[in-house]
Amino acid sequence: MSALDVAVTRVIGDFDLDVAFSVESGVSVLFGPSGAGKTLTLSLIAGLLRPDTGTISINDVVVTDCARNVFVSTQKRRVGMVFQDGLLLPHRTVLDNVALAVRQARGRRTRRGIARTWLERVGAETLAERRPGSLSGGQRQRVALARSLAGDPAVLLLDEPLSALDASVRRELRRLIREVIVASGVPAVLVTHDAGEAEELGDVVIAYDRGRVTGQHLVERPLASGPELETPGEGETL
Amino acid sequence: MTPWRRIAQSLKGRQKAGVAAVTALVGFGLGYGVAHLMAGAIAYWGVVSNPFFITMRVAVPATIIAGVTGIAAGYVLAKGRFPGRDLLETVGSLPIILPPTVIGFYLLEVLSPGTRVGGFLTHVVGHALVYNVDGCVVAATVAAFPFCMRSARTAIEGVDPLLEQSARAIGLPNWRVALQVTLPLARRGIAAGLTIGCARALGEYGATLMVGGDIDGRTRTMALAILDSFTTPERNTMLLILVLMAITAMTGVGLLGRSRT
Repeated sequence: MSALDVAVTRVIGDFDLDVAFSVESGVSVLFGPSGAGKTLTLSLIAGLLRPDTGTISINDVVVTDCARNVFVSTQKRRVGMVFQDGLLLPHRTVLDNVALAVRQARGRRTRRGIARTWLERVGAETLAERRPGSLSGGQRQRVALARSLAGDPAVLLLDEPLSALDASVRRELRRLIREVIVASGVPAVLVTHDAGEAEELGDVVIAYDRGRVTGQHLVERPLASGPELETPGEGETL
Repeated sequence: MTPWRRIAQSLKGRQKAGVAAVTALVGFGLGYGVAHLMAGAIAYWGVVSNPFFITMRVAVPATIIAGVTGIAAGYVLAKGRFPGRDLLETVGSLPIILPPTVIGFYLLEVLSPGTRVGGFLTHVVGHALVYNVDGCVVAATVAAFPFCMRSARTAIEGVDPLLEQSARAIGLPNWRVALQVTLPLARRGIAAGLTIGCARALGEYGATLMVGGDIDGRTRTMALAILDSFTTPERNTMLLILVLMAITAMTGVGLLGRSRT
């Protein structure tokens, strides 16, 4: 069973997007130059845009099928998304931002408890009561990562999450992102145009150029990973 | 040594007495004037209190109704893509463009129990909506509505659509995106529109005169009472009260604005 199957086309400016790939587990990286259609692909998977033709399935459930006019809304797709500059809600605290994303639990206290757990996992528990405007770029992306995973997504989508950060912060966050995603067990699709980042973060690298998949290869890495994280459940509060 | 003390020491005996007498006279005159104005203000309160409370009875519900409907209309105009959108905005903005008396005339035509709409509304409400305070509320609401609508529209259009997109991506349904993301982020523009709308409802004159009829003790708002009072001897006192009210209102708005920034 694939976590994600994508086979879509969409007419864009200079060229047409026409891609097909599957994602199993781990981190799959869409790698290619700017403007190759990587972010557009993520938007189609998330349901923020509609393709012209094709299908998208998440955990073998069809969420987009142009021929049968099937289009499941973004909210019902169970995707988590990390945007380039975090896009946290500026009028809410960090804890509220993460708690808003918790879909699997009812009750404010429970949701906030789950949110705190995820903030701890990304090392941002001390930021809980702060507003996004007072955070550094690296802190914002930590919180955005916690927010994207707090909703118990079926697939995690990361759109160049490190591109707006300093080199030192980027190095530190690469390790964190990889650890947290692998430990969570959520299949992820990450977009980058940085070859080093693709190799360091990905299990599979899918190469893009001018709207086409031009190659795909597995990244060899030693069998080592941290302890597996247990997804916080409904009853878990802090 | 202060300059005043230096001047006092340089004065001779008679000069000191003269200065003291002049100071006492000026002080007495000022005190008498202030006391006279205060007494006039207290006496005149009886005259202005009724229009004041009628104005509040009109402006508060008018601002609430115009605020809720104006924000909703502003949201639809900012987000919706449908035929007739420009027409809706134009019709909603008419009270800004048309003279208030013309708006009042149309309202009178529509709300009168003899017309179809007016007859229906009279049946629903249980009494006619003209020549009573409810009619004044309708007139003030219509006058305030476009300010609330246009400000809300501009403020909502200014919200970063990517933030709304990110809220959808974390699973918030559209109604929660609107209530928990879009409107809070647009709150300053919306608050500005409500402030102007409230001021418009407070000062509404022409349409209220047409629909309400300027009936003393029933539909005579402050704006209508001002004109009436120009023929009375207390008009200076009334002007003083209005100036004080204006200063208080402006101070309030200023403090409110400062606390938001």
